[in-house]
Amino acid sequence: MKAAKGNVFKYGDNVDTDVIIPARYLNSSDPAELAAHCMEDIDKDFIKNVKQGDMIVADKNFGCGSSREHAPIAIKAAGVSCVIAETFARIFYRNAINIGLPIIECPEASKGIENGDEVSVDFDTGIIKNLTKGTEFKGQAFPEFMQKIIAAEGLINYINQK
Amino acid sequence: MGMTMTQKILAAHAGLDKVEAGQLIEADLDLVLGNDITSPVAIKEMDKMKVKGVFDKDKIALVPDHFVPNKDIKSAEHCKCVREFAYRNEITNYFEVGEMGIEHALLPEKGLTVAGDVIIGADSHTCTYGALGAFSTGVGSTDMAAGMATGKAWFKVPGAIKFHLVGKPAKWVSGKDVILHIIGMIGVDGALYKSMEFTGEGVKNLTMDDRFTIANMAIEAGGKNGIFPVDDLAISYMKEHSKKSYTIYEADEDAVYDEEYTIDLSTLRPTIAFPHLPENTKTIDQITEEIKIDQVVIGSCTNGRIEDMRIAAEVLKGRHVAKGMRCIIIPATQAVYLQAMEEGLLKIFVEAGAVVSTPTCGPCLGGYMGILAEGEKCVSTTNRNFVGRMGHVNSAIFLASPAIAAASAVTGKISSPCEFM
Repeated sequence: MKAAKGNVFKYGDNVDTDVIIPARYLNSSDPAELAAHCMEDIDKDFIKNVKQGDMIVADKNFGCGSSREHAPIAIKAAGVSCVIAETFARIFYRNAINIGLPIIECPEASKGIENGDEVSVDFDTGIIKNLTKGTEFKGQAFPEFMQKIIAAEGLINYINQK
Repeated sequence: MGMTMTQKILAAHAGLDKVEAGQLIEADLDLVLGNDITSPVAIKEMDKMKVKGVFDKDKIALVPDHFVPNKDIKSAEHCKCVREFAYRNEITNYFEVGEMGIEHALLPEKGLTVAGDVIIGADSHTCTYGALGAFSTGVGSTDMAAGMATGKAWFKVPGAIKFHLVGKPAKWVSGKDVILHIIGMIGVDGALYKSMEFTGEGVKNLTMDDRFTIANMAIEAGGKNGIFPVDDLAISYMKEHSKKSYTIYEADEDAVYDEEYTIDLSTLRPTIAFPHLPENTKTIDQITEEIKIDQVVIGSCTNGRIEDMRIAAEVLKGRHVAKGMRCIIIPATQAVYLQAMEEGLLKIFVEAGAVVSTPTCGPCLGGYMGILAEGEKCVSTTNRNFVGRMGHVNSAIFLASPAIAAASAVTGKISSPCEFM
């Protein structure tokens, strides 16, 4: 798998899918249209400032709430290369893997990374480097089964390959 | 080491004698569900698959309920996409406007969910069917697509938290208060990745509608599923509503639980979740300040069933909604609507100054039919009070039972029926 490098947008606990992509925009399923409103209710400047490859880092229970796959789709389409959190809500976790948005659980990284830090992630080793602070963390490795889904860039491709 | 009720259902559907927490399995599905928000994304994903068509046209349920009747042109296009897919694939259980209801109230009523089933739905509140002793859990659209095509889904076998219920709830205390109390106690990630298994002699003092409400909100504690034992009440519900055969699973006596709690239902009080998380709970007695509200919503997959309508009517009968207050009541299905009409409940609502809507998820997720303006406050029987969930980013939702919601509609502030009954 590839590596990622970018600047961090940092958020707190329980970032829910209603703030990631408010339901008032769910009358669309177009990734670009969804991305235009990504994080709008928690950080209205996010979409103005986010650049291709940037990352989201959050504390506990990221992506809690609704099952809307529109949430990871909006994040991915906004250019985000990876989401790192202390923990993820389970449906968001599944959805991110299923659509090929890399996510990593790592409580230490979540604590040791601040808004605006430059961070790199090596998906093969799970090593997360905070380039701004010169620190390094080891994220949780995916089980082999999930690695296969991620390597296939999503569940549908994985099933097609079987 | 024994298995929990959930683990036994999953083992049986994976063709295994035994599973344990953390194990990755592939399970056969008895039902795959989607709605008008999640299905179009799933249908788009299915188009990319080599497998064409669905695994079983009788084991898929498509329920347009979120922005239905169509709230705008884009929603209409989504619904059209789902409708055309349903016709093209001859889906037996597609529910058009006029037949549809809010999915998690509708499917048990139509007999599509029974004990022992494994059910996935592209809607987080799919966990509702645990009330009947099924394993059911919310997934995203891609999982739904894979499920519709293959009839299978992958799961990480969950550990469990056991909630041992004893006692009998007091007047005006219902399933909503039980689950809000639990979420207040363990937090919105208190059951993350886990099953919430409800047991104990107190279960018999909960009606089916109470149990649906409790299982429905397992996701609000982060739970993978919520599940109840299958007792006589659950069996008679299934016999009344379903022709499907059911299988009763029970947890092993030596099943291992990550945590265990005992909850005395008789000590619970009407409970309200303050903005902006379902865990921010207070009992009605802990609210000392006067909290004026602008709107009340009674409905949703959490509290739009007939008992919820009866409780609301009991409070609203012969009374009137406070001046300046909007009270929106949404029976969750056509059957609930009809029953409420036959029992005279709709007349009570209209005479009280409330409006009654056709089934829709509408206001619960800020879609339509009751959007909040800046600074407005709403008491709602729905399930989430996140920032901006029902409208403006600076509006506020207080989650409560139908009794508290109806009483608050009468007084214009957060109130218990005990204040005037």
